[in-house]
Amino acid sequence: MNFLDLIWLIPLFPLAGAAVMLFIGRWLDPQHAGGDHRPSPPSKAVISLLCPGTVLVSFLLSLAATVQLSALPEKIHQVIQFTWLAGMPFHMANGVQSIFQADWGFLLDPLSAVMILVVTGVGFVIHVYSVGYMAHDGGYYRYFGYLNLFVFFMLMLVLANNYALMFVGWEGVGLCSYLLIGFYFNRKSAADAGKKAFIVNRIGDAGFLLGMFLMMNVLGSLRFLDVNKALTSGAFTSETAGFGVLSAMALLLFIGATGKSAQFPLYVWLPDAMEGPTPVSALIHAATMVTAGVYMVARSNALYRLTPETSMIVVAVGCFTAFLAATIALVQNDIKRVLAYSTVSQLGYMFMAAGVGAYWVAIFHLYTHAFFKALLFLGSGSVIHALSGEQDMRKMGGLKDKIPVTFRAMFIGSLAIAGIPGLAAFFSKDEILWQIYSSPSGSKIVWAVAALTAFMTAFYMWRLMFMTFYGASRVDPKAAAHIHESPKVMTVPLQVLAAGSVLAGWIGVPKIWGVFGEGFRAFEHWLAPALGGAAVEAVGEHAAHGASTEWLLMGTSVALALAGIALARYLYIVKPAAADELARASGPLYDWALHKWRVDEAYDFLFVNGLAKGGGTALGVFDSRVVDGGVNGAGWLTRFTSRVSVWWDTWIVDGAVRLTSFLVKMSSYPVRTLQTGFVQSYALVFVMGVALILGYLVMR
Amino acid sequence: MLYPITTTHYMILSAALLLIGTLGVLTRRNIVIILMSIELILNAVNINLIAFSRHFGHVTGQVFAIFVITVAVAEAAVGLGVLIALFRNKETVQADEIELLKW
Repeated sequence: MNFLDLIWLIPLFPLAGAAVMLFIGRWLDPQHAGGDHRPSPPSKAVISLLCPGTVLVSFLLSLAATVQLSALPEKIHQVIQFTWLAGMPFHMANGVQSIFQADWGFLLDPLSAVMILVVTGVGFVIHVYSVGYMAHDGGYYRYFGYLNLFVFFMLMLVLANNYALMFVGWEGVGLCSYLLIGFYFNRKSAADAGKKAFIVNRIGDAGFLLGMFLMMNVLGSLRFLDVNKALTSGAFTSETAGFGVLSAMALLLFIGATGKSAQFPLYVWLPDAMEGPTPVSALIHAATMVTAGVYMVARSNALYRLTPETSMIVVAVGCFTAFLAATIALVQNDIKRVLAYSTVSQLGYMFMAAGVGAYWVAIFHLYTHAFFKALLFLGSGSVIHALSGEQDMRKMGGLKDKIPVTFRAMFIGSLAIAGIPGLAAFFSKDEILWQIYSSPSGSKIVWAVAALTAFMTAFYMWRLMFMTFYGASRVDPKAAAHIHESPKVMTVPLQVLAAGSVLAGWIGVPKIWGVFGEGFRAFEHWLAPALGGAAVEAVGEHAAHGASTEWLLMGTSVALALAGIALARYLYIVKPAAADELARASGPLYDWALHKWRVDEAYDFLFVNGLAKGGGTALGVFDSRVVDGGVNGAGWLTRFTSRVSVWWDTWIVDGAVRLTSFLVKMSSYPVRTLQTGFVQSYALVFVMGVALILGYLVMR
Repeated sequence: MLYPITTTHYMILSAALLLIGTLGVLTRRNIVIILMSIELILNAVNINLIAFSRHFGHVTGQVFAIFVITVAVAEAAVGLGVLIALFRNKETVQADEIELLKW
């Protein structure tokens, strides 16, 4: 069976699941008024089987298609179903006539293969976890409908063969993100967070759209293959001299990426997105959707290679975001918020890698991040589940022995993200650090900031671990009474993801670990055709010059990770008072980080209150003065003209009518008086007439 | 000496009756009297018809007189019916009070 031609089926299965849920789901799991805990109907099991099942089928299809793809010599397979936006002729910027059109087509190449495997694989695991996590929540069918719909759109995003169709998926995942953040819509904060995510994303989407238009205007096509061919044909040269049209295009696309992938200045929605159910945070706001921006930049690598200035902006934004988010994560007390800021920070790493031209490393980190961050989120969900909904880490502690499976899984995840050798994030993060240091477009300052961020990452993750699982229990006595390990349906996904967090990195070991052979560097070779093989080799070549430097840097980052863990242990286990003292000693700095650098306040001041409300006030004045003035003036004018009209009507028109009737009355007066109404006067006239005629006849 | 009654006498009588009837129609205000006056006019005509029938020894005048009587009866019936309907609506039989049909 040729699965390559069946890739259109991959997104179709989750869509079918979503359609079933959203149309007939409510009859499968009827809602009980008042939220009582009646036994769920057997039909609820249909939901629990169907929805993860569709994603599993997609995963198997993806796996089969990927296996067949690897056998192709070109490693590219494009399936165009039909023309979606029909052709409309237009003139490009260089005067050549072109046709605007977009296919409903799918492109499977090494890059999208990685993405669909991550989306369906991690997606399936999270679906299974959700069966347990959401079991007691209302709107079970709605949750799974949205989740399946999300997987559908995400697959559209990564399988699309052109930017326009990618944008369909891009908007679709945004919609699902909105729906799922606001899943508990009767909580105002959740509804607000959903709106915030949607609106902030919209700003980025505007950039994406403009970038797409510019691309259409300059390159004449939106198909990835056509765009890449045009950009690598030699017709366009690298814009090293200045900021040209390609740089603008790349920057606009990157603005789209900053929205979706939560980079500064548009990252503010992601921490608030934690209002959604935890598996949603794991799937959408950690493993898949937020990496769409990284995927898009990697997909546009031919463009970014030609635009060093924009690439520099990408590095700068990624670096600043990684650092900013890490500092905020240091002091947050909500377990999910720490992970949210950690996600923002890790996405910053991915953009740094993409910005210095190491696209495969960005995708590599995306892929390992999907495992360990999904694991950490699901683990935190399990903790929250065990504590009956408590999210504040100050009310946790000592959970190590009470929920051992969750603890072990989180332990592995935290070691992985900290960068302990042998675990997933070590390989990807270390490669990023090395590429930043060694790449021609990298820099040592950026490396220093990234390394510092790595240290902070280790610290805040282990601060989370120590506050949650170690030390004395600070759990609310009421919640402490029924702390329980999560059911198997939740812990097995954790174990699967924990295994992934250990093993996922071993397909991308550093080049200097030569003993393992090239087989352990499969990831880079696999992606090379999709990400411009030659350029990757060039970066690799450069790297070969400094093997000893690379060992040194690797040692440094491992030492920083261990130092971070040790510092966390010292501050939160060995000497718990020290943490508070440190917080007091750092004074305004601590406050600054705790309040998230006051970015939300600044945005409120500048945009929400400044532009939106100030604009509203200005509009109000405009409305009351100019618009109302116009309306009132028009009203006065109408009244005036109507008065003139009344005068004319009364005196001229009515006058003419009355004059006519008066004349008729006057002239008819003599005749009218003959009609007396007395029947006898008529008889008299009659008799007189007879007498006259008789008289005439007689006298004649 | 006894004068024979000639056709002329009949004509004088007839003319007198016609005059009385006509004056009655024109001057009396009560519609009942007006109708009675009309009967006088008709009977003046009848006398005239009979007189000339005898004068010429021809029966046509008499036949006509009987027709006139028949028509007079019908006329009286219709006239009195109209009068009663009028009285029901206007509560009067005075001709000068029934003056709606004017300018």
